[in-house]
Amino acid sequence: MTNHLSTPAVQFNKVNRYFGEVKAVDEVDLEIRDGEFFAMLGPSGSGKTTCLRMIAGFDRPTGGSIYLYGQDVSNLPPYERSVNTVFQDYALFPHMTVGDNIAYGLMVKKVPKEERVRRVDEMLDLVQLKGFASRKPSQLSGGQRQRVALARALINHPKVLLLDEPLGALDLKLRQQMQVELKAIQQRVGITFIFVTHDQEEAITMSDRIAVFNHGKIEQIGSPSEIYEKPATTFVAGFVGTSNLIGGELAKRLTGSDQTFSIRPEKIHVNTTEKTTTMDTITLDGVVRDVVYLGLYTRYLIEADGVDIVVVEQNLKTTSMDVVSAKGQKVRLSWHKDHISRIGA
Amino acid sequence: MHSKKAPLPLTIAAFGTLLFLHVPMLIIFLYTFTPDETTYTFPLPGFTTKWFAVAWGRADLWRSLTLSLQVATIATISALILGTLAAAAVYRSNFFGRESISFLLVLPIALPGIVSGIALRTAMGGFDIPFSFWTIVIGHATFCVVVVYNNVLARFRRTSTSMIEASMDLGANSFQTFRYVVLPNIATALLAGGMLAFALSFDEVIVTTFTAGQQTTLPIWIFSQLTRPRDRPVTNVVATFVIIITFIPIFLAQRLSASSSDTEGENK
Amino acid sequence: MLNKLSTYFYQRPRLVLLLFLAPPLLYMLVVYLGSLFLLLINSFYYIDDFSGLIIREFTLRTYAQIFTPANREIFTRTATMAFFVTITSAIISFPLAYYIAKYASPRLKTWLLIGVTIPLWSSYLVRVYSWKLILAQEGILSYFINLFGLSGVLQWILSFESIGGSSLALSPLGMFIVFVYIWLPYMIIPVQTALERVPNSLVEAASDLGAKPLQTFRTVILPMAFPGVIAGSIFTFSLTLGDFIIPLAVGNSKFFIGQAVYSYQGTAGNIPLAAAMTMGPVVIMIIYLLIARRLGAFDAL
Repeated sequence: MTNHLSTPAVQFNKVNRYFGEVKAVDEVDLEIRDGEFFAMLGPSGSGKTTCLRMIAGFDRPTGGSIYLYGQDVSNLPPYERSVNTVFQDYALFPHMTVGDNIAYGLMVKKVPKEERVRRVDEMLDLVQLKGFASRKPSQLSGGQRQRVALARALINHPKVLLLDEPLGALDLKLRQQMQVELKAIQQRVGITFIFVTHDQEEAITMSDRIAVFNHGKIEQIGSPSEIYEKPATTFVAGFVGTSNLIGGELAKRLTGSDQTFSIRPEKIHVNTTEKTTTMDTITLDGVVRDVVYLGLYTRYLIEADGVDIVVVEQNLKTTSMDVVSAKGQKVRLSWHKDHISRIGA
Repeated sequence: MHSKKAPLPLTIAAFGTLLFLHVPMLIIFLYTFTPDETTYTFPLPGFTTKWFAVAWGRADLWRSLTLSLQVATIATISALILGTLAAAAVYRSNFFGRESISFLLVLPIALPGIVSGIALRTAMGGFDIPFSFWTIVIGHATFCVVVVYNNVLARFRRTSTSMIEASMDLGANSFQTFRYVVLPNIATALLAGGMLAFALSFDEVIVTTFTAGQQTTLPIWIFSQLTRPRDRPVTNVVATFVIIITFIPIFLAQRLSASSSDTEGENK
Repeated sequence: MLNKLSTYFYQRPRLVLLLFLAPPLLYMLVVYLGSLFLLLINSFYYIDDFSGLIIREFTLRTYAQIFTPANREIFTRTATMAFFVTITSAIISFPLAYYIAKYASPRLKTWLLIGVTIPLWSSYLVRVYSWKLILAQEGILSYFINLFGLSGVLQWILSFESIGGSSLALSPLGMFIVFVYIWLPYMIIPVQTALERVPNSLVEAASDLGAKPLQTFRTVILPMAFPGVIAGSIFTFSLTLGDFIIPLAVGNSKFFIGQAVYSYQGTAGNIPLAAAMTMGPVVIMIIYLLIARRLGAFDAL
């Protein structure tokens, strides 16, 4: 979208946040580009929410600085930052109507009444809630509340929109629908979206880039495909999708180096017959220990050289009958050598 | 759960207990109509409504009533301020010793009233503070604070912190946030706590006997009649009046807390 | 302008906490705890028998006076009364508490709870006064006792020295009734709260397993309601210990702790002795609270 070389939307410079002895955020450096849809992914307690709260101003760093478009905001209160937030529990004001909720940001800035009404209408339009202005939040469904929260946060035209587990409270179907919608809205308004999630699938579907958090540190930052295809650490390999980690002697035999590498289950092929292999293929013999037929695909657990390896194959030709009989069978595993990802020390 | 019907003996015992709690107060009301000035004869030897007029004409009662209302009002306002501040502090942060705050505030109602009463009196005597309107208020405020504190803190705990954050996030400073978000959310809790505090103060007698000096609040007036009855029929009228004046705010406070917890359930 | 002030506070959360806490804390610490502390100090002074002046010297002689036979009797009498009032309140509270917790529809429940909480919060003095009318010799209770021909029974009961007297209004028995009446709501509410927490499935499970209703009550309901009873007893016991209005209004000339404190302080002007006497209920209550906490009663408060 915008020039990537321009000032970053958000920049963390050695940011720390301690709660007593606990290092919730530990020396984090981070740059989020203008106009990006950025995901902070990680398990609970990994520091991602604390980072989001520090961008919003609900929390202040114990050390380090946070910049918004080049301005040091580390000590600025939330109401002096051009950032707005969609809360996990939506945090709608129960004593106000939907319209008043959305207009709140304009009201406290003393924007004239007519303009408020006009802009609230615009926002209701954007989130497809026309005609809901006079309802109370308690009369809305979960999905509708979420849209109100979104409209309320967007009406101030923030430079950055923060979303804290925005879809966590919705059911699966609504969640998938909102994923698409959020992405569309982001493209329409053209501002930076930063969202926190523990759902790796959500992060991969929606974002331009992902930061994977663990124990208050960022393990890896990259595009969804980079994160998935080339996990940089053991943690990322395990947290984002499933990975086979192979190290030590076996790694040395297969790749010539004892550095641990990861290989995704779907990149491995299971062959019962010996196939001719090319230079680029790595092969490994094993025995099928367990088979789970899952309709669309089948999951195999294969033991090779004392290591358990998970393999997923689409059921393109196989049927459930073929699959069940596979247990105990000797097989040869093979994968392309470019599909492995070396894990940094 | 409610499909079962209660066994009859249980129902009778339950409602019997409820009657036991309320009938004595009705009896006072009944006695306001007795023409008998010197005894509590039952059945009433006749029927008269003249005591209402007599009580109305008593200047000493008006003075006591005015004093009680003034004390209760000032004590309630002080309790509202102190109790809300304490509740906000405890809610805001996890500081060291917040449990002790709750304990400290509960003490005046957990300890027998006579302990607080005599302690305050000793202190006032020790510092040569003359007994006055203000010494009564100081005594009442000690036990009113906890009522407001409990009500407001309970409401705060049901208000998610993210609502306050949302307000500041949208551009409101702390003062605007208080006015537009916090206050509307705790308003009914303040009202309920305030009314309970008012009722508590209005008929308090134990602490008051120690801190009032020569001042006569309405309960002190009744208390003097309790030990040395001189105006029995007028006392009945005053007692009925006190019941009504404390009944109404407590009833409203209870309804208020009951209904606000209902609606809050919907929002979750 | 306000924005600037607000930002100033935002950057100093500890200052805000201090500003919030200072007024209530100063008030409670200085005025209330300070007074309690002065009371404690005073209990270590003594009064000069000749001049009647308070001598501000540390001594334990005032405490020694508490253990005179007359004062010991006052303590025993008050504690015994508090004990029986507590037991009786616990028993009487059960049917109503159980009905509210397990049978009342949500609507009825709200009303019943209001019916219990109103006497809890309101008109303590007036409620005491009402029994002055009821217990009077010529009053409504005597009328009904005579109506049913039970006056002989009443006379017989009142003839016992420990509980009787010339009439109900002037007897420990009458006082006992008033105490139970006044403090009963303080017992009903915690018991009801505790019973509310007994899962219905548990009661049903017990009866499924063949327990008779009484067995279910004894083995399932009673143990689970016990913390509630303890919580309630904190109030009934403490309030009875310190009360002086009820013994003054109803009852005979035998003193209770509250009355003794009241008269030492008032007519006798012996603040040290009154202070020392007050420490009695305070110490008893602290011990009681510690035991109650070990029994888990605070969860039911």
